[in-house]
Amino acid sequence: MTWYIIRRFLQMIPVFFGATFLVYFLVFSLPGDPIQALFGDRPVNEAVAAQLREQYNLDEPFLVQYFLYLKNLVTFNLGNDFSGRPVAEVLVQIFPVTIRLAILALIFEAVFGIIFGVVAGLRKGKLFDGTVLVASLIVIAIPIFVLGFVMQFVVGVKLGWAKPTVGGDAGWLDLILPAIVLGLVSFAYVLRLTRTSIIENMHADYVRTATAKGLSRQRVVVVHILRNSMIPVVTFLGADLGALMGGAIVTEGIFNVPGVGQRLYQSVLRGEGPTIVSIVSVLVMVYILANLLVDVLYAWLDPRIRYA
Amino acid sequence: MPEKRTEKIEHYVAPLDETPLHATDNVAEDVQPLSLWAEAWRNLRKQPLFIISTILIVLIVFVALFPGVFTQTPPNQNCLLANSDGDPVPGHPMGFTLQGCDVFSRIIYGTQASLTVGIFATLGALIIGGTLGAIAGFYGGWLDSVIARLGDVFFALPLILGAIIIMQLPFFRENRNVWTVVITLTVFGWPQIARITRGAVLSVRNADFVTAARSLGVSRPAALVRHVIPNSLAPVIVVATVNLGIFIVAEATLSFLGIGLPPDVMSWGNDISSAQVSLRSNPSTLLWPAAALSVTVLSFIMLGDALRDALDPKARKR
Repeated sequence: MTWYIIRRFLQMIPVFFGATFLVYFLVFSLPGDPIQALFGDRPVNEAVAAQLREQYNLDEPFLVQYFLYLKNLVTFNLGNDFSGRPVAEVLVQIFPVTIRLAILALIFEAVFGIIFGVVAGLRKGKLFDGTVLVASLIVIAIPIFVLGFVMQFVVGVKLGWAKPTVGGDAGWLDLILPAIVLGLVSFAYVLRLTRTSIIENMHADYVRTATAKGLSRQRVVVVHILRNSMIPVVTFLGADLGALMGGAIVTEGIFNVPGVGQRLYQSVLRGEGPTIVSIVSVLVMVYILANLLVDVLYAWLDPRIRYA
Repeated sequence: MPEKRTEKIEHYVAPLDETPLHATDNVAEDVQPLSLWAEAWRNLRKQPLFIISTILIVLIVFVALFPGVFTQTPPNQNCLLANSDGDPVPGHPMGFTLQGCDVFSRIIYGTQASLTVGIFATLGALIIGGTLGAIAGFYGGWLDSVIARLGDVFFALPLILGAIIIMQLPFFRENRNVWTVVITLTVFGWPQIARITRGAVLSVRNADFVTAARSLGVSRPAALVRHVIPNSLAPVIVVATVNLGIFIVAEATLSFLGIGLPPDVMSWGNDISSAQVSLRSNPSTLLWPAAALSVTVLSFIMLGDALRDALDPKARKR
């Protein structure tokens, strides 16, 4: 098991370098000279510009820039963004918000997706199953920003149950509505995955054995069917944590949540290379670590899987 | 070989005292077994889900090809600001946009862009992801590892995030049209198809018919193309069908963020995006294009679901 984790850890390294390099490459071939943009309409002061270029290593060749960046990343010296704030400070400010948002969304989709999926799966072919299936397809088919607008309008403005826009300091309670919108599509996927998985396992030999041993229906369902059905669901949830954090751009935009997505979008529009790459690097790390965690959870969930 | 029986056997499991024993396992031996696809087709014809989604998709494709058949109102002319955010009147069943254009007509003409993006992004992902996935699965070894890591790199970037960065590149920023959106979605859509293809190829690679073909002197690439790929297409097609719907949603999302199709291209995403300002006063300008988009996406997802049920013999038994 330890060896397995170490091996997976080593496999993560090229993915991390690849992804950061890809983003760095794309970002630093962005159009426009960011230093020039800083001066706006005023004439560029060459001395200041040169100093700024040196500070951000923009005068070095591309590959050198990338390695200097990596060196700084390893030493947690992330430098300043173009308005002079340390990137690390920006990250500390925006990441907690998005992590809260993603965790709430993950809890929402996991709890409701698994409950609905299990009930639908156990009652395959009944009315409840059919209704839930159709509803989940409709949720997948509607773009997230339409869902966001409608929820914001109905729940936030018409009913007044939640703040339509979050703004300033985003607490847990304010983030519930955006989190539901963010998690809705994944909720539909979790539901369908759980349902399929339950139906598949209901007819497995070990379930028949458990029933034949005289175990109660409840125990068969919870201990034998549910535990084994959770394997694909856990995979999905693990991969989804990263996707939720990176995919929060639209939701954060609609509900005005001051998180990673909003900041990232602004940084791309401004061409703030260092900020973009720092944010994306952290996102990629979250994604890779979540996947590693999933692989470890596998072994615990499925006794057939043992890593040498 | 048992004597061929002439009478028709209604039940394979017959009461033993009435029927000679060999009749029970005498299952029409002269009939050619149906191929996976023929059997799937026999199943599909009876499925309401398949019939509904196919009819819808045919209709949508027809609308995209011949929008003029469905509406007499040209979408961008006769936009009168006097009609701004107007309610439905005879001849304009869905009312007017903020600019006073006919909503129904814009939806009809917007079909083309959305569908083009969906279809070509899916084809692009199929070609790139399918080729790389098949090579990785069939040849294995270091090629497999390299392609898997490459896929992981693209997988680690969420679609919208990657698309935002790509759409800002000089080439994409200056030539913003349907094809740049197609390229962007392809770049981030291929790893999933590659993974599925790789898995399917792996499960077929060592099948007896492949060994047989190889021992008859068929070269490895030929065995891959002629025997392995045709037999591992089923799961790939299912995923590709569902992805087509998801790409259409992604295009709308990009257009909503202002980095997808340019505003002068009529598409559902652009219409939804420009309707958001009048959501509170006139929600129908947002809801109609959203409904058109959702119905289209839903048809493709339903078709994918129906195909999965028909092509997966394991699922069919239950």
